[in-house]
Amino acid sequence: MTQSRAAVLLEVKEASRAFGGLKAVSEVSLHIDQGELIGLIGPNGAGKTTLFNLLTGVYPPSSGSILLNNESIGGMKPYRINHKGAARTFQNIRLFTAMTVLENVKIAFHQHARHSLFSSMLRLPKHFQGEEEITRKAMDILSIFNLADQGDEIASNLSYGNQRRLEIARALAAGPKLLLLDEPAAGMNPNETRDLMNLIAWIREEFDLTILLIEHDMSLVMGVCNRIYVLDRGILIADGTPAEIRNNPKVIEAYLGQEA
Amino acid sequence: MEYFIQQLINGISVGSIYALIALGYTMVYGIIKLINFAHGDVFMVGSFIGLYSAKYLAAAGLPPVVVLLLSLIISMTISACLGISIERLAYKPLRKSTRIAALITAIGVSFLLEYTGVLILGPQAKGFPDIMDKKQVHLFGSSIQVESNQIMILLTTIILMLVLQYIVRYTKTGKAMRAVSFDVEAARLMGINVDRTISATFAIGSALAAAAGVIFGMTYNSVDPLMGVMPGLKAFVAAVLGGIGSIPGALVGGLLLGTVETEISSLGFSSWRDGVAFAVLILILIFRPSGLFGKNVREKV
Amino acid sequence: MRKLNKKFWLGILVALAFYGIVKVLLTTGILSDVNQSMLLLIGVNIMLAVSLNLITGITGQFSIGHAGFMSVGAYTSAILTLDYNVPFVPAIIAGGLLAAVFGVLIGMPTLRLSGDYLAIATLGFGEIIRIIMLNTEYVGGASGLSGIPAKTTWTMLFFFTLLSVVLINNFIRSTHGRACIAIRENEIAAEAMGINTTRYKIIAFTIGALFAGMAGGLSAHTFYVITPGSFNFLKSFEIIVMVVLGGLGSTAGSIVGAVFVTLLYTYLREFPEWRMIIYSIVLILMMIFRPSGLLGSTRFSFGKSGKKEAKANDAIESSSTS
Repeated sequence: MTQSRAAVLLEVKEASRAFGGLKAVSEVSLHIDQGELIGLIGPNGAGKTTLFNLLTGVYPPSSGSILLNNESIGGMKPYRINHKGAARTFQNIRLFTAMTVLENVKIAFHQHARHSLFSSMLRLPKHFQGEEEITRKAMDILSIFNLADQGDEIASNLSYGNQRRLEIARALAAGPKLLLLDEPAAGMNPNETRDLMNLIAWIREEFDLTILLIEHDMSLVMGVCNRIYVLDRGILIADGTPAEIRNNPKVIEAYLGQEA
Repeated sequence: MEYFIQQLINGISVGSIYALIALGYTMVYGIIKLINFAHGDVFMVGSFIGLYSAKYLAAAGLPPVVVLLLSLIISMTISACLGISIERLAYKPLRKSTRIAALITAIGVSFLLEYTGVLILGPQAKGFPDIMDKKQVHLFGSSIQVESNQIMILLTTIILMLVLQYIVRYTKTGKAMRAVSFDVEAARLMGINVDRTISATFAIGSALAAAAGVIFGMTYNSVDPLMGVMPGLKAFVAAVLGGIGSIPGALVGGLLLGTVETEISSLGFSSWRDGVAFAVLILILIFRPSGLFGKNVREKV
Repeated sequence: MRKLNKKFWLGILVALAFYGIVKVLLTTGILSDVNQSMLLLIGVNIMLAVSLNLITGITGQFSIGHAGFMSVGAYTSAILTLDYNVPFVPAIIAGGLLAAVFGVLIGMPTLRLSGDYLAIATLGFGEIIRIIMLNTEYVGGASGLSGIPAKTTWTMLFFFTLLSVVLINNFIRSTHGRACIAIRENEIAAEAMGINTTRYKIIAFTIGALFAGMAGGLSAHTFYVITPGSFNFLKSFEIIVMVVLGGLGSTAGSIVGAVFVTLLYTYLREFPEWRMIIYSIVLILMMIFRPSGLLGSTRFSFGKSGKKEAKANDAIESSSTS
C-alpha cells in the first residue's frame, strides 16, 4: 500500500457495462476519498443504478476495474463486496418484508456472528452469547434511527419513510466503510427529505463513513455533497464541487434536454 | 443404416407428439410464466374425448377420414374449453401471487384431473379404436417401413404447426399474445385485453395437446387416466430444450427428444429412456437455461 | 433469552409426556397394531415435512424431489441391516448421511436455478434416482428389497422424530436460519447484506436431505418392503401437501400437516383416487384462499406479494435506461 493513495477509498477505472448492444455505463472513471460525501446525479436512465450494481457486484463490469481500499472488487460476488466494506440501499426498497424490523437489521450482523451452525443446532452456550450480541447491536442501530420501539413490527407495516430509513439502518449495520445510497429520498415529501439529509450527514460523522449518494433531483444534493459526478447516457459528463456543477453548461443541457 | 433411419422415423413420430404438447407449455409459460403442470392431463382428456367421439362416429357409419377429422375437432374444441376453465378457476385468482403458489396450484389441478379420470373411467387402460386401417408402406422400395399412421401423424402435426404460425403471426389474437408475453403492463396500457389473450393462449395450447392425445391414441391404441404424466413431463423437457417461450424451439425440442429416446431404446437401454430425458433436462437447465432458441432473462435490480 | 429457553424445555416436556402415554397404551394393548403403524407413519411423515419445510418454507427453494432423498436413506440403511448386519441406529444415520451427500451433489449445480426451474430440476433428480434404483440389480430392481427387519419401534421413532424437529427448529431460530429466511424474502438484498446465498441454500438442502434420508430408513424398517415406486414423484407431492397445508415456513404447521395427511392416507386407504382428489382440491383452495396454510402466520409474504410495486419501479428504471 502506497502512502499517498491511502486516502482513496474507491477508485473506478474506465468501467463499462453493456447489455446486448446497449452500453448502460461507458468507460466511467471516478474516485472517492476517505470521508467524502459524493453525489452521483444524472437524468433518468443515465446509468446511475447500473453503476451502483457494478460497484456492489450485482453484475461484473464488461471491462475496466473497480478498487476498494486498493483491492480489486470488480466481478466479486455481492456478499463478498459487502464483507469488504461496501453496503448499499436500493432504489426500489428491498426489505425482508415478512421479517420484523429488528430481524432485518440482525441479518446485516450475520457476517460478524461468532457462533457456528453447529452450536446453534445444539443450543450450546456460544449460541446464546452470539444471538444476544447480535440483538444488542441491532437494537443500538435501531435507536439511532428512532426505530427501536418499532423493533417487533413487521417491516412491511412501517410507513414508507421509515422503510427507507430502515434500509439505511440495515446497510449501516453491516459495518461498511463505504455506504452507497440509491435515491434514498425518492417518494419523500420535502420535510422528510430534509430530515433524511440531516441524518445522512450525521451518520457520516458518527460512523466515519464515506458515502456515495445517487440522486435524481439535482437541487437536493447540492447542499450536502462535497463533490458531484454527473452521468448522462452512461457517460460521465462532469465532476466538481456543487458550485461548479451548477454552472456547467453540459449538465444544464443534459437536464434541459430531458425536460424538453 | 436402414435400421437407423427406421428408428429415426419412429423417433420423429414420437417427437411430433412431444412437440404438440410442448407448444402449449411454451406458450403458456411465455405469457404468464407458469409451468402448467396440468397440461399433460389436458392431453389425456383430449385423448379420451377422441376415443369416445371416434367410437360413436364410427358406429354411425361415417367414412374413416371424416371420423378422424370430426374426432380431432371435437376433442380439440372441448379441451380448449377445459383449458380456459382451468385458467379462469384455478390460475387467474393467483396471478398476483408468487410463482411457487401458482406452481403448487398447477400440480394440484394436474392431480385433480388425473384422479377424477381414475374415479370416472377406472384405472385400467382402454383400447383406442382403429380409426384408419394401418398399412405398411415401404419407403422408396427399400426395407424401411413406414406406417400409414406415421405419415398421417406427421401431416397433422405439420398442418397444425402452420395454422399456429399463421395465428401467432398474422391474427389480432396472435399479435396480442406476443405483446402480452413481451410486457403485460405495457400491453394492457395499449388497450389489449390481457384476460382474453391469456384465455386464447390456454385454448390454443390445450387444443394442440388434445390433438396430440388423439394421435397418441391412434399410435399406441391404449389410453388411461395417468397417461399424461410422462408425456407431459417429456414435453416440458422438450420445451426447455428448445428454449421455453419459443414456438420453433418447442418443435425442434420435441423432435430431438423423440429421436434421442427412440435411438436409446433401440440400442437396448429402454429402461433408462426416461432417465436420459431427465438428465437432458438438468444439463440444459444448468448449462444453457435459455435452451436452444430462447433468450436469456435476468432479474432487474 | 431465558424465556425462550423455558418455552423450549416446556415443549420437550410435553413431547416426552406424549411419548410416555402412548408407550403405556401400546404395552397395555389399548392401542392396536394398526394404530401403532399409523403412529410410526405419522412420525416418518413429520420428519419428511419438517425437513422439506426447511428447504421450501424457510429458504424458499421449491423442491419436488424430496422422495429421492428419502429413497437414498431407505435403500442405504436397508442394505446395511440386511447384507452387513449393521445395527439399526448406525444404519439409519448412515442412510441419512448418504442422503445428505446427495443433497450437496444435487444442490451444488441446481441451486443456481431459481423458482420453477429449480422445482423441475429437483423433480428430474428425484426421478433419476428412482430410475437408477429401478435398473440396479443389487438393490432388487423393480421388485425392490424385502424382508427388511421391522426394527422401527415407537421409542426409536419418537426419539428420531423429536431430534429432527428440535435440531431443525434450533437451526431456523438462529442467525443461520434468519439468513435462510432472508434468502426467501429477497435474495438480492440478502446477498447485498453479506449473506453467502449459495452456501446457505446448500446447507438447507443438505440438512433437509439428511433428515429425509433418516425418515426413509425408519420407514423402510417399518414396512418390511421398499420398491423404487414407493419413492416417486407422488410421494414428493404428498410431502409438499403436508408442508403447504400446515403453512410454509412453520414447523408446527408442518407437524400438523403431516398428521392430517397421514390420517387421510390411513382412512382413505381403500379409496386412493378419493385421497388424491381431496389432496388436490385442498391444495388448490389453500393456495387461492389461505396461502399461508393452517398455522402459517399471515406475516409470511408467500402469498400476495408487493411484487407489483417493485416491478413498476423496475419498469420505470429499465424503460428509462433503454
